[in-house]
Amino acid sequence: MKIIKLAVVALSATVLCAGDFKPAVVFDMGGKFDKSFNEGVYSGIEKFKKETGIGYKSFEVTNATQREQAIRKMAKRGGNPVLGIGFAQGPAIDKVAGEFPKTSFAIIDMVVSKPNVQSIIFKEHEGSFLVGMLAVMASKTAKVGFIGGMDIPLIRRFACGYEQGAKYTNSKIEIIQNMTGSTPSAWSDPSRGGELAKGQFDRGVDVIFAAAGGTGIGVYQAAKDAGKLAIGVDSNQNYLHPGTMLTSMVKRVDVAAYDLLKSVQTGTFEAGIRSLGLAEDGVAWALDEHNKALITDAMKKAVDQAKADIISGKIKVHDYMSDNTCKY
Amino acid sequence: MEEILTITLSTLAATIRVSTPLILAAMAGIFSERSGVIDISLEGKLLAGAFIAASTAAVTGSPWLALAAAIAATMSLSMLHGFATITHKGNQVVSGVAINIIVSGLTVVLGIAWFHRAGQTPALQNDARFMPIEMPGVELLSNIPILGDVYAKLISGHNILVYMAFLSVFVTYWILFKTRFGLRLRAVGENPSAVDTAGISVAFLRYRAVLIGGILTGIGGTYISIAQNASFIRDMSAGQGYIALAAMIFGKWKPVPAMFACFLFGFLDAISIRLQGVFLPLIGEVPVQLIQATPYILTVVLLAGFAGKAIAPKAIGVPYVKER
Repeated sequence: MKIIKLAVVALSATVLCAGDFKPAVVFDMGGKFDKSFNEGVYSGIEKFKKETGIGYKSFEVTNATQREQAIRKMAKRGGNPVLGIGFAQGPAIDKVAGEFPKTSFAIIDMVVSKPNVQSIIFKEHEGSFLVGMLAVMASKTAKVGFIGGMDIPLIRRFACGYEQGAKYTNSKIEIIQNMTGSTPSAWSDPSRGGELAKGQFDRGVDVIFAAAGGTGIGVYQAAKDAGKLAIGVDSNQNYLHPGTMLTSMVKRVDVAAYDLLKSVQTGTFEAGIRSLGLAEDGVAWALDEHNKALITDAMKKAVDQAKADIISGKIKVHDYMSDNTCKY
Repeated sequence: MEEILTITLSTLAATIRVSTPLILAAMAGIFSERSGVIDISLEGKLLAGAFIAASTAAVTGSPWLALAAAIAATMSLSMLHGFATITHKGNQVVSGVAINIIVSGLTVVLGIAWFHRAGQTPALQNDARFMPIEMPGVELLSNIPILGDVYAKLISGHNILVYMAFLSVFVTYWILFKTRFGLRLRAVGENPSAVDTAGISVAFLRYRAVLIGGILTGIGGTYISIAQNASFIRDMSAGQGYIALAAMIFGKWKPVPAMFACFLFGFLDAISIRLQGVFLPLIGEVPVQLIQATPYILTVVLLAGFAGKAIAPKAIGVPYVKER
């Protein structure tokens, strides 16, 4: 038994020495310093680099046609694993993974069914549930709002989780939901985001959760100008407007990227879907020095309790994308 | 009653906020197109103005410097458009589209190079922005029912660029229809050879027209990034230049009707925001997509000749070639 183990270790060591482990990352549009999604991945792999001393190759996609080329180039040059970031890289990973069956691929935020691809997705509905609870507890008008970017199932998943969390805390709460639009420009229209927020404030809303990319910046600004509260998304955006940012629904892409590299290094990489929720610390709500004053002990306690209940299965959060409805 | 008044006023105030960049861009379009130069690049110029204004305000902290820099940037884009289409008689639509594409990419590239924030500019403090100003007499009138509210919420409480937009409509009207320059400008869009025969330079007139368009779009872009918002975000003009173009056509290339077209489009936008997800008796959920599409449908109907007639300046899109 011991001999086999030793042999395995020796084998994997030789494999590593042969230079088979060369992480490659293809960042998506926005680049690695986007203060959000891509930067999360960047900090995760930088941490890995610091700890292990193993460098990596990276590429920043600046237009849609580069994705497939970049991923193929990484695979051709011996990158293993090749990590693609964002749902938009799905088709490219799908194609290139077929061409390089011996290389390990991974993609964040999208499911690609290939025997050598690990699809890392997040249970955004679980994190949104918690910030929905916080929104209701912070609201004085018993009306909370949601502003989504482009109207796609992923964003509906945020909205649905938020709604469930809000109703869980107070079943009589009124939730006003808006989607910015149905084209990609809905991700980068802060003016419209601001107007949507002002429209919701006029209807009595005093806390808004925005899952809308660049459009959200307009929502947070409108909340600051009106003295109301807003909730950030993806990365910790509390620092944007301390005092009016209630919290942020954080997706720990850094942890996901770090774990992925670690798993390939130790030979525990598995293809298939890896779904990260509250139990895996894949999603969370942000508490730091910028929003400390807004979160009372009672709020923190209630949310921590709900988190434990979701992990234990006592509370079931319905996933919009499982059946494309928000009935729970 | 009280509530209805509040909702109406807030919707109308939103209409004014949303219409402002449309009005400025539409007036820019009127100057350019009345002189015979199609201006598809309104969108790109708004975006360029927004980017330069936000960058300048982030560096200097002065909204007025930001406005000046934005105007300078959009005027140079106008010069580029003019150089391609007036001097070199290039296709006006192609040149306009090229400017839009260049600006969309260049703003992000420069933004990353200057601020390292994925094309965003740093968020601005309030003193680096154009903030709402309270008009005198709000206190005085606040006791009068309805009128006091209308004055406080609708007329007062906007930033200075909004008032500039309104002013631009009347200035445009005055220049086009009451001055000699305006008469010649309209003539050059209808029959440039007649103007040329009279000994007036067609090229110089058209250059001045597109440059005025540059000034107006510069103000519009500034409004988008540092008055309505507090930073630049990639592609933040989000098609407003094209809507302004539609409004200009809907307003039959005339300043005041174009302003009302902008109001109509702005109002439809404001109302679609407020009606999203609302259930009305009898109708059920309001089809906001339909409301959002209405401006375009109206424009197409108008252009197809079903409701009134939109007649473009005669020489529009045709580079002027002097006969030899």
